[in-house]
Amino acid sequence: MGMIVHPPELYPDEQINQDVLRPVFVTTWRWWILVAISGGGFMAGLATWFYMMATGMWVTGLHRPVMWGLLISNYVFWIGLSNSGTVISAMLRLSKADWRRPITRAAEAMTVFALLIAAQFPLIHLGRTWLFYYILPYVNQRLLWNNFRSPLVWDMMAIMAYLGGSMLYLYLPTLPDFAILRDHADGIKKKMFTLFALGWRGTRGEWTTLNACILSLALLVLPVAVSMHTIVSWDFGMTLVPLWHTSIFGPYFVIGALYSGMALVITIILILRWAFGWQRYITPYHLDKLGKIMLVAGLVWFYLWFNDYVTSWYGKLPEEKIIFDLKNAGTYYWWQITMMLANTMVTLPLLAFKKFRTSPLAMFILTIFINIGMWIERLLIVVPSLVEKGPSFTWTTYHPTWVEWMLTVYPLAGFMVLYLLFIKIAPLISVWEIREDKVAYATKKMGQAELRAVVAE
Amino acid sequence: MADWISDKGLQTTTGPRGAGRRWGLVVDLDKCTGCGGCVIACHAENNLALAGPIDTDQGRSFDWIRIERYWEGEYPDVKAQFIPVMCQQCEAAPCEPVCPVFATYHTAEGLNAMVYNRCIGTRFCENNDPYNVRYFNWFEPALNWPDPLPNQLNPAVSVRSRGVMEKCTFCVQRIRDHEEQARIEGRVLKDGEFTTACAQSCPAKVLIFGDLDDPASAVSQLVQSDRRFRLFESLGTEPVVYYLKGGQG
Repeated sequence: MGMIVHPPELYPDEQINQDVLRPVFVTTWRWWILVAISGGGFMAGLATWFYMMATGMWVTGLHRPVMWGLLISNYVFWIGLSNSGTVISAMLRLSKADWRRPITRAAEAMTVFALLIAAQFPLIHLGRTWLFYYILPYVNQRLLWNNFRSPLVWDMMAIMAYLGGSMLYLYLPTLPDFAILRDHADGIKKKMFTLFALGWRGTRGEWTTLNACILSLALLVLPVAVSMHTIVSWDFGMTLVPLWHTSIFGPYFVIGALYSGMALVITIILILRWAFGWQRYITPYHLDKLGKIMLVAGLVWFYLWFNDYVTSWYGKLPEEKIIFDLKNAGTYYWWQITMMLANTMVTLPLLAFKKFRTSPLAMFILTIFINIGMWIERLLIVVPSLVEKGPSFTWTTYHPTWVEWMLTVYPLAGFMVLYLLFIKIAPLISVWEIREDKVAYATKKMGQAELRAVVAE
Repeated sequence: MADWISDKGLQTTTGPRGAGRRWGLVVDLDKCTGCGGCVIACHAENNLALAGPIDTDQGRSFDWIRIERYWEGEYPDVKAQFIPVMCQQCEAAPCEPVCPVFATYHTAEGLNAMVYNRCIGTRFCENNDPYNVRYFNWFEPALNWPDPLPNQLNPAVSVRSRGVMEKCTFCVQRIRDHEEQARIEGRVLKDGEFTTACAQSCPAKVLIFGDLDDPASAVSQLVQSDRRFRLFESLGTEPVVYYLKGGQG
């Protein structure tokens, strides 16, 4: 195929530094324009949120019995996106896959920022946001405690655990790169990077400790990621609501999160590749590998979806059948068709072809469609079940208002802002890991033979 | 913790908490004409916020008790069926365990209580409520009573604020009031001594309120009927609201 996987000898260290560190120091007009657009969207979303807090939840399209709507769909969607970055990075590190090197940083950062965005939604949709801390188990004079039986409390704890874990998992592998930045920067930036680098010198002891820390953290963060998304699914699974109350939701949500998150990882690295001219680092080889993982995730997701679909279809429990018909023959029919086309029927067969997997443009379009499909999937989980539950006298329809649509743009804009700012404080390709790769694959002449200079432990 | 929560003995002797009772409601559907008197009485008793036609249409009205109307048969042989639905005060209430802050919980006397001050408005309880009888304050209710209507508010019932959930309490203020009165007079509470606002105002005596644990009470007698059923009984929520249906006429 002629795809270059390890082209180290072509790049002197200085070249790698140049290519990868440039975005941290050089700010282009394109960056400013993107920051202005996404920052504007973010501020508008924030203003909408405060408007909703000040006036009341009636500005949304929510009403009895549709108590959760677009806001919770967005929550599940963004939690799902956050799932993948750390997971893919941890899996590849643990399996010692060398091709992971140029994509881990971008993926890890994606997790942290998507989670920071997602974690706001449980607060946004509260009737009394300003009292959110009632949900925390804090000591108080009245001996009031939170309710540990509630999935929302588990949810809060899972978010905190995963946020903590993935922030650390982003920071630790960036530490040596902060040291490189410190050595290249001056002025206020030098001060900042000196602080971030924690006095890193690159001694043998430091490297050993760092690698041990990263590997054990990778091992610890994987189960947290799985539990995180399982718990989100239990917000639905633990209820009596028709088509929410199903035991498949745990694995189904985890794999759905992996699927949509993988798609976002690919979208992001393709944007970075194009924006910073990183074609030499992020190659079709990576797209191929990531595309395969995404294909597997997509197939498993469809398998679990079909399990749920066919069992509720054959079960024909009266209250479930009502919701089932809404999705398959009623109000949400076209949503369901769009979802199926966007993330399964068209996407998965295309992903099976190497030609598609290795084409940046095709993958860019595919991954965007997958995430549109996955967003609709979350909508189809949350809304139809609530629209026609309980006594038929109370059945209703749900039409989101501009407030909810603004708060759908808000997370996207917020995510972009955070990501754009991060570009200015850390290289989005791990410099030291690329260099490590180069050293690991370098060869040395020993008499007649040409041997690997470093033998991996 | 305070004894009046944990110690049942203390409750019955000194506390006004009424443990040892299990409040229940019987709704005789064969008598109901769907007049809506109970709905009005509930509004007056419990300071329910008003909602205009638009908000009612959007499902944001407050009806702790509502008359659901269902049509039976084909035109021209149609018949309207009425069923008053209020919080079923389930003994295994699905709305309770999902609340992250204990804003809704079960009292010793079988009431599904709501602590407005504790509620943060996750609205999870209403999602998990199979009867859709929980009402969320989308608006600031205090703004909903034009002058001089604030003067008619019942001082025994707190006015809820925006952003909290509310629902039928079985007129807990009346229960407390009469328990207190009986305690002062040194006697036990009599069956039928008081009733809820909806039951009091029903002209056809459709609603009967009382203690299900007192074998002599009117509700205990009525729930023996073969006509009895409970809403969505298959869900296992164990409601204490019993419906009667199937008599002649």
